Amino acid sequence: MNKFFLLVMRDLRLALRQGGDAAMVVGFFVLTVILFPFGVGPEPELLQRIAAGIIWVTALLAALLSLERLFQGDYEDGSLETLILLPLPLEAQVLAKCLAHWLVTGLPLTLVAPLLALLLHLDVDGYPALMLGMALGTPILSLLGAIGAALCLGARRGGVLLSLLVLPLYIPVLIFGVAAIEAEISGLGARPHLLLLAALLVLALALVPFAAAGALRQAVE
Amino acid sequence: MFRLANPNRFMNWSAKLLPWCVVATAILLGVGTWLALFVAPPDYQQGEAVRIMYVHVPAAWMASFVYAVMAISSAVALIWRHPLADIAAKEAAPLGAGFTLVCLVSGSLWGKPMWGTYWVWDARLTSVLVLFFLYLGYIALVNAFDEPTRGNRAGAILALVGAVNLPIIKFSVDWWNTLHQPASVFRLGGPTIAPSMLWPLLVMALGFTLFFVTLLLLRMRSALMAAKLRALRIQQSVAA
Repeated sequence: MNKFFLLVMRDLRLALRQGGDAAMVVGFFVLTVILFPFGVGPEPELLQRIAAGIIWVTALLAALLSLERLFQGDYEDGSLETLILLPLPLEAQVLAKCLAHWLVTGLPLTLVAPLLALLLHLDVDGYPALMLGMALGTPILSLLGAIGAALCLGARRGGVLLSLLVLPLYIPVLIFGVAAIEAEISGLGARPHLLLLAALLVLALALVPFAAAGALRQAVE
Repeated sequence: MFRLANPNRFMNWSAKLLPWCVVATAILLGVGTWLALFVAPPDYQQGEAVRIMYVHVPAAWMASFVYAVMAISSAVALIWRHPLADIAAKEAAPLGAGFTLVCLVSGSLWGKPMWGTYWVWDARLTSVLVLFFLYLGYIALVNAFDEPTRGNRAGAILALVGAVNLPIIKFSVDWWNTLHQPASVFRLGGPTIAPSMLWPLLVMALGFTLFFVTLLLLRMRSALMAAKLRALRIQQSVAA
């Protein structure tokens, strides 16, 4: 357990010292959301209607942008080969790396989301569903992204390939995340959608480490 | 399975099997098309447009079936390092993508007169669209590495991860209230489709399956030959 948190701390330190990982992701998130009022027009009714979708889609893209760094640095400087030799199972290391990744991307995204919801005139009833949904959904984005990032190590045009692999897998998170907000606003209650998101998170936590660790092993073979 | 692992043995028996597959495919697809277009009755609600179903439904079954073949071959390739399983998965992917595209296009052509729209975002349609993108992602990933074995290994893991989509496609019409009609052939309590329509459909489905087997064998054979050719060229250039 101690080794697990040492690895989390190492990744966090790397992310924070290289500077601006979290800031870049949040900056992309905010800027892209701000583009929408210019694109579709500033009418509050229209923005209110599409706010949930804009925020979730943009969060998905922001998370996608940051995925490449998940293993790329370790792969390029060779530390991935050393990590595989650690007494800590590679599956646990994947979880540690995902946790660190979520702390510098998913968590800031979740915290900024209500501010953007304010700019887009999201119905006040939707805020708790937005926050809870993002808190449950963004870890899934990090986990599923870890599989894609591990598979694309050493590939040609890795960045474009990564989005082609990962975005289809992100669709369920998007569906339930937006549905939770809409259901809460319309008075049906977000509970079933949030429970489904939680179920997806539990499944991803259980299964992703094996797939991502398998992908990492074949990447350094 | 392991007796077939030898590529030479595979080349021998697939060469013998292939003509039979071609003939059977031609007969089944020919008879199936004739049954579907001229023998099967028009539907009391859909009229003649129901005949699109004889292409759409087998294509949809094949779209899932080919992915299942790909996922199983990938598992075999990962577990036993079976040399033919890698090739089978890699060569099945473009075929599966093709069947998925046929399914989507024929479905939307049927949807325009029946539902009044080419496309709706219902669960079945969306999950099949995701399947299409999974195929494309797999093909892109397999071809993205300079070293072919690396691409095959990465593709195998992706194929297994993507297999979670298969039950979602199958049960999407039961779990959500969708515009797409629920299962009428493979369901508990027997098919609800009329026998006069079921038979042409089954002949077409068998024809599609054999069509896939034929193409897969052809593609695997040409992939093996291309690999042999490459090896010979390298030998020659080393000798020269």
